[in-house]
Amino acid sequence: MRQKLMIVLCGLAAALLARNLFVMLLRLPDEAAQGPIFRIIFFHVPAAWTAFLGFFAAMVASILCLVRKDLRYDAVAVAVTEVGLAFAAANLVTGMIWGRIIWGIWWTWDARLTSMLVCWLLYAGYLMLRHAVEEPTQRARIAAVMSIFAFVDVPIVFFSIKWWRTQHPQPVVWGGGSMDPAYWNMLFLNWAPLLALGIVLAMIRMRQEQQQREIDALRRWAHAL
Amino acid sequence: MDTRNFTFMFYGFLAAWVILAAYVVALVRRENRLKRELENVKRMLEERARK
Repeated sequence: MRQKLMIVLCGLAAALLARNLFVMLLRLPDEAAQGPIFRIIFFHVPAAWTAFLGFFAAMVASILCLVRKDLRYDAVAVAVTEVGLAFAAANLVTGMIWGRIIWGIWWTWDARLTSMLVCWLLYAGYLMLRHAVEEPTQRARIAAVMSIFAFVDVPIVFFSIKWWRTQHPQPVVWGGGSMDPAYWNMLFLNWAPLLALGIVLAMIRMRQEQQQREIDALRRWAHAL
Repeated sequence: MDTRNFTFMFYGFLAAWVILAAYVVALVRRENRLKRELENVKRMLEERARK
């Protein structure tokens, strides 16, 4: 059942992505002020949304792990965090490439960029912390606390462009930014395949985490024999 | 059209997919490592059972 769902999601994502790339590159006109580089937004923003959704899911799973003391939630948390981190990296790198053309610089220590980098580092730290603790229950507990703590940065990233004067453009979804409806549609249409891909990757990673636990349990049992 | 602008758009698209592809490769490698580990544990269990 799970396998079939993953195949269906992958197929849908691939079809939608092919369609989106066709429309994005051949049908949508260049943005008047920015030119072709504007199209990076169709990956940059959905990548951030997918990452934040992953981090939110990790926080919920971490709370459930602490409350219910069930290691299955720990597997969910690590899976969605890893996937979220990959999408956050895609968001940061695409943003840097866009900035090189529009701002003339790869990076600036502006509130949005810095808080997003801190967010990435916090979640990378979460994954490194997991490697440092051997005992599974203790690892799950410490990692859950770290995940909840790291999530505090997500609203800071989100609202940084409202709270501080930043070089980063104002949000197009809410607030001062605006966008043509055709671009709007493409933004959401391109989020769908990225989200589907993220779900599939998280499901695969979750299965691997469960397999790892089973292997560890078998190994302990084999040593006890 | 500004060629540099278009080239950087291409780099942006490429970078996003290279990062995601790198993560997929990491997942495939982990999958292979898990298979190897499972085989090792199975072998270990069989040896212990024989003793």
